[in-house]
Amino acid sequence: MKRFMIPLFLFVVLLGFLAWGLKPGYDPHEVPSPLIGKPAPAFLLKQVDSNAADFSPEQMKGKVWLLNVWSSWCVSCREEHPVLLSLSKTGAVPIYGLNYKEVRGDGGFKEPDVETPESNAAELALGRRRAEAWLSQHGNPYVLTAMDITGRVGIDYGVYGVPETYVIDKAGIIRYKRIGPVTQESLEKKILPLVKELEKS
Amino acid sequence: MNKASPFGIRQILALFLLLLIATLSLAKEAAPLAEDEVVEKRMVAISDEMRCLVCQNESLSGSHAELAQDLRREIRTMIKEGKSDSEIKAFMVNRYGDFVLYRPPMKATTYLLWFGPFLFLAAAILVLVNYLRRRGARLDQGAEGVEGALSAQEQQRADALLKQVEAKR
Repeated sequence: MKRFMIPLFLFVVLLGFLAWGLKPGYDPHEVPSPLIGKPAPAFLLKQVDSNAADFSPEQMKGKVWLLNVWSSWCVSCREEHPVLLSLSKTGAVPIYGLNYKEVRGDGGFKEPDVETPESNAAELALGRRRAEAWLSQHGNPYVLTAMDITGRVGIDYGVYGVPETYVIDKAGIIRYKRIGPVTQESLEKKILPLVKELEKS
Repeated sequence: MNKASPFGIRQILALFLLLLIATLSLAKEAAPLAEDEVVEKRMVAISDEMRCLVCQNESLSGSHAELAQDLRREIRTMIKEGKSDSEIKAFMVNRYGDFVLYRPPMKATTYLLWFGPFLFLAAAILVLVNYLRRRGARLDQGAEGVEGALSAQEQQRADALLKQVEAKR
């Protein structure tokens, strides 16, 4: 009897591991962010709205907010957009956009070999036009959107695929990072309860 | 020489050689891939040890993903700024975690990863030693209980049969 129990036991252990690998919503490519529990990296970026002042996360001290990384060329962003739109209408938490490499991320654009103030201004202008067009077509859930034209801020935030969403608390600490599109389920199960809890403190 | 053709084999060969030289002279010297070879070498050495976040089966140095290109540029800039290899490594780990490193660092959470195989080896050796000891003890006690060995009764029968054979000779 013992003879059969050992392989059976090993098989059950193996089954356990396999079941764990198949659990719904588990993505083996997801890289856990080391930024959770750390201050949101500082930046100062131009906004989509060319008349608005530059945006920095410093300005958000004392508020719980979402930072949503998006782009007009990002396909999954279209998937999460209706969710963000309905969230913005409830007013549960303000959503701020970080537009990631609007022009460069699009395969058709060739980066200039040497960046000049003129080439940068032209790229920013083109990026603003594209971002604005996208927002007016799909709706704008964002309080404002900052333009990360070069993707340098994205690197500081450890962005490796758009869309990504960060929950940032009143002290400016990153509390949660959602990789991939925000779904109604992830919103109700994780993001909104967390926001509520952070609001209390 | 063949009368039908105005050209001999020599002339044709000469023409070939001439054409060959002409094509060779068109080839330009390979353009250097980067302005600064030292920086490039260090960048490749560092990024060879890192995983690309987008295509996770590729190294950062070999990936064509856009993010990999951006990160390589970032590493190049840091090298030019005079940052050390460990500073650059820390920059990457602070943003993407230990996941970017192909060689995981030794720390409390990775002890099992580093020493796990040795644990398995030790366990296997224990099982083997235990088995050999028990087997040895059984053999010392006599044939009883050892698989494939003959019992006293069987031994007697075998001896008797052998004797019969010998008696017939």
